[in-house]
Amino acid sequence: MSTVTTTPAGRMAALARAELMLLGRSRTAVLSAVFLPLAMPLSLQSAVEQMDLKDIGLSVGLVLLPASIGFSLLFSVYATLVGVFTARREELVLKRLRTGELHDAEILAGAAFPAAAIGLVQSLVLAVGCTALLDVPAPKAPQLAVLGLVSGLALCACLAAVTAGFTRTVESAQVTSLPLILSSMTVSGVVVPLDLLPDRLATVCELQPLTGVITLVRGGWTGDLSAYETVVPVLTTLAWTAVGVFAVRRWFRWEPRR
Amino acid sequence: MIEVTDLRRVYGGGFEAVRGISFSVRRGEIFALLGTNGAGKTSTVELLEGLARPAGGRVRVLGHDPVADRAVVRPRTGVMLQEGGFPSELTVAETTRLWTGCTSGARPEREALELVGLAGKADVRVKQLSGGERRRLDLALALLGEPEVLFLDEPTTGLDAEGRRDTWDLVRALRDAGTTVLLTTHYLEEAEDLADRLAILHEGRIAAAGTPDDVTAAQPSRISFELPAGYFVGDLPPLGELGVCGHEMAGRTVRLRTHELQRTATRLLVWAERAVVELRRLDVRSASLEEAFLGIARDTSRPAQEYVA
Repeated sequence: MSTVTTTPAGRMAALARAELMLLGRSRTAVLSAVFLPLAMPLSLQSAVEQMDLKDIGLSVGLVLLPASIGFSLLFSVYATLVGVFTARREELVLKRLRTGELHDAEILAGAAFPAAAIGLVQSLVLAVGCTALLDVPAPKAPQLAVLGLVSGLALCACLAAVTAGFTRTVESAQVTSLPLILSSMTVSGVVVPLDLLPDRLATVCELQPLTGVITLVRGGWTGDLSAYETVVPVLTTLAWTAVGVFAVRRWFRWEPRR
Repeated sequence: MIEVTDLRRVYGGGFEAVRGISFSVRRGEIFALLGTNGAGKTSTVELLEGLARPAGGRVRVLGHDPVADRAVVRPRTGVMLQEGGFPSELTVAETTRLWTGCTSGARPEREALELVGLAGKADVRVKQLSGGERRRLDLALALLGEPEVLFLDEPTTGLDAEGRRDTWDLVRALRDAGTTVLLTTHYLEEAEDLADRLAILHEGRIAAAGTPDDVTAAQPSRISFELPAGYFVGDLPPLGELGVCGHEMAGRTVRLRTHELQRTATRLLVWAERAVVELRRLDVRSASLEEAFLGIARDTSRPAQEYVA
């Protein structure tokens, strides 16, 4: 008999590996998680070219790149994980996993890992692609871009678990994930930079969950964020993550309703 | 190995599924929780597995609280839920590998699958397995870490007769090797053949407990026959003298209950011999767990009871 004791990292790796195989076996998941976000910059390019960007000192590439990363976070990470968490719960996989040595947080993190990894790789591909094709300069404050991306991955995984808590079936996941996706696309600066909006509206929009992430990513490239302008998005992102963690602990369901 | 004291479980809607039960399971023992659907078996087992906290009372598994001390308890227990819980798109081997990665001291994957006769299905996806094969996969994963305590929630539901025998043999072999097994079942036969001790749960309480013989011994044996034409119950010898403790009539059929089967049967037959009457459809049956179970299930206001003999 072997006496190997499992570790949290080992357990999460085993789960992540299984989830990656499952992701690869679902054609819809592959399409929406891998290809859709990569196609986004192309479809948005002409719309962004119409914007009056000169006044706020942005180029088409500097709008499209954060937008693409935002889409990657929304579709590859958030929407995919709402479906994953819901599907595993409805198949009683989560309940079965909880009978073993995995802790609750390890189950969620392990299951979220493949989607988060896809989001990360996509963002890197998009950064390289936009740099090469859209004349985006090298990031002036790369640490902010990295901070934005990493916190964005964590926040999206966390919000996905919250959303899955009130999603009954895999089919309804497509509906329950819409509010965050649509609000992000309209008011978080993912598509339209907040600087182009009237001041009062922009202030409200700053509170949207993904605004901080997008601000940090864009600021990482432009390098023009002041200390105050850096602290605000970091704090809102942290606050949303804290709210998300609280909501998961309070409302996440580990087995289907009977 | 398992100590349960005055355990209670209340669901969100206020429904009290477990209403103060106490029992203990010793090392190397097979203990069965027997009951109809809705009796509180699964609700109880989930508390022992540490999936939920009790509303009241105390659970100790291997001397520890299964929720608070999960890090100590989990590597030493194996669990099979009432219903699977495996991603349908993974193969049997992939599912086993996932669990191997999450189980301390896991046996080799192939060995685990061979234990339950699934080695030939390693490359089949879970969704293509039959219900019985899924139960066996579940059992294989519960056994993966060579647990000291094994929780089996209805382990043979959905298995055919042969699969059930195989599972029983495996559970007995595990018990003989020192594993403590707590199982739930609504199959009387399973509890009777397999369990060293059992408790019959009814509406969240323990209605009877002990070895299958103890529980059965408290029950009366039964004699039934058709009353000969022209005879009435009053024509039989006084029932008290026969050792009968209760009787009922259904049409022409007389049913007698007795704790002294041999005495009652002998006197009844001697009477019939002397009166030169034939007791048609005579049925003499010693007490069984089924009697105990049905007797308990009958004590209920709910009309429809699902049970499988």
